[in-house]
Amino acid sequence: MTGFVALYIFLIAAIAGYEIVARVPVILHTPLMSGSNFVHGIVLVGAMLALAEARGPLEVFVGFVGVVMATGNAVGGYVSTERMLEMFHSKKEKA
Amino acid sequence: MSHILTAFPLQASYFIATLLLILGLKRMSSPRTARNGILWAGVGMLIAVAVTFVYIPGVSELIIPGNSGQRLVLIFFAVAVGAVPAWWTGRRVPLTEMPQMVAIYNGLGGGAAGAIAAVEMYSGRAYSGSLAFPIIAVIGALFGATAFGGSVVAFLKLQSWMGSPRIPGRHFINGILSLAALALTLASIHPDWVSGLNLSVDVLISIFLVVSLILGIFVTLPIGGADMPVVISTYNACIGLAVGFEGFVVQNPAMIIAGTIVGAAGSLLTVLMARAMNRSFLNVWFSGFGDVAATAAAGGEARTMNAMEVRDAAATMAYSENVIVVPGYGLAVAQAQHKLWELVQMLQAKGVKVKFAVHPVAGRMPGHMSVLLAEAGVPYDLIYDLEEINSDFANADVALVIGANDVVNPAARSDKSSPIYGMPILNADQARQVLVIKRGKGVGFSGIENELFFGPNTHMVFGDAQGVITQMIQALKEV
Repeated sequence: MTGFVALYIFLIAAIAGYEIVARVPVILHTPLMSGSNFVHGIVLVGAMLALAEARGPLEVFVGFVGVVMATGNAVGGYVSTERMLEMFHSKKEKA
Repeated sequence: MSHILTAFPLQASYFIATLLLILGLKRMSSPRTARNGILWAGVGMLIAVAVTFVYIPGVSELIIPGNSGQRLVLIFFAVAVGAVPAWWTGRRVPLTEMPQMVAIYNGLGGGAAGAIAAVEMYSGRAYSGSLAFPIIAVIGALFGATAFGGSVVAFLKLQSWMGSPRIPGRHFINGILSLAALALTLASIHPDWVSGLNLSVDVLISIFLVVSLILGIFVTLPIGGADMPVVISTYNACIGLAVGFEGFVVQNPAMIIAGTIVGAAGSLLTVLMARAMNRSFLNVWFSGFGDVAATAAAGGEARTMNAMEVRDAAATMAYSENVIVVPGYGLAVAQAQHKLWELVQMLQAKGVKVKFAVHPVAGRMPGHMSVLLAEAGVPYDLIYDLEEINSDFANADVALVIGANDVVNPAARSDKSSPIYGMPILNADQARQVLVIKRGKGVGFSGIENELFFGPNTHMVFGDAQGVITQMIQALKEV
């Protein structure tokens, strides 16, 4: 991937991210923050690849810690967001 | 990066995963679709992780021929080690403590981004191409590690395991740390520049990461607990960017896009949150909120509050037409949301119109109180925002303030010396009668006295929210 292609991706992704939250109501601020925290849990993919490619004890150790942390990010982010969003139901939906 | 990672099925899976993550995030930003938004994103994440597992043996085989199976087991083990405690705490922690959990899960992502950068730099892979790679790797690592250190502090503060110590000369210390981090950033980008120091790349990078971590800790230490939402949100955005940067380093488009989107969305969300709290972003980061509050609380002469019996308070509400409930963190701490909803339903049965007025920062984080009320079964169409409801207070017979303090403090409107001056508040004082359920006569989270409690139309019902509301329910049964 050349530098400029990456730059264009950054540009478009940044605008998309801005648009996504531009009109979010205050009641969703906390769940959405938690949700976007889960989305950057995709770092797990990179951490797994880094550990897969690690040579020597230092790299393996740091790579291992990276995977543990990234998993904590993804799993914790999912569970907490899910629990918060579970609470959103309107009167009509209540059985 | 090995050619195996350009395989079509892998790239196609990452594409679908990224799409689901973006659509999930989009759905999470509207109340109607929010609930399954996380599911979409979750499926996206599962696809990305699962397909990576499939390709990992091929990647490892190039690095450690014949031993790739072992490495796969190691990775699987690491995932299990990270997943089990996160799952367990995420499920078990009460919703009142969710903000600090979000802080810590978030911080872990920053640490992971730092770890990826470290591995890529230790191995020399980050230095093998153009200078753009080490620049991006190192900046991502700086963001990730700093945000990780800061998030841990945010967690400790919200968990009340740590206050806001006043460090003498903190600006000086932070200045030195920032300069050190900057110098180490430059050195890590191109270790040859500091070859005179005879540091190995491993040592240099390790020092760089540790200093970044310490910088994050020190920058966050003096910031007051009330400002933590803005802090956590800022770190969320930083970590998103860090993930995007490391995605570039490991040539993973899913990470680049998902990370950058979180970086941008998180930045905007930070601004929105700061605005909801009427705190400027810079103010949060560079002034000690706690300092001002402590001095402001010291002054003021003794005045009297009007107390009211629980039974009278219950009767007052039963014979009103419009009641607006203003819930605060005290309600959540007392775990009284469920009882409150029971009380409200009884009032509704008597023909009283009840609305909930939720301040943007009620609870510990914007939107936190809505979640806590929703947990108790309060439908969200009864919950009103500050702007929606503020004009209604003048027509309300009773404003019932439960465990809320700063968000109804009129000093925010009038007292220029008050640390919360200018913060939009709920105009509870404009109701014909104000009933305040409060445990004691103490000050609020920001540490300042509340004028409202001494008002002529205000009556205090002292007691624990849970106990008082239970007694009110009892009293209403007898009315």
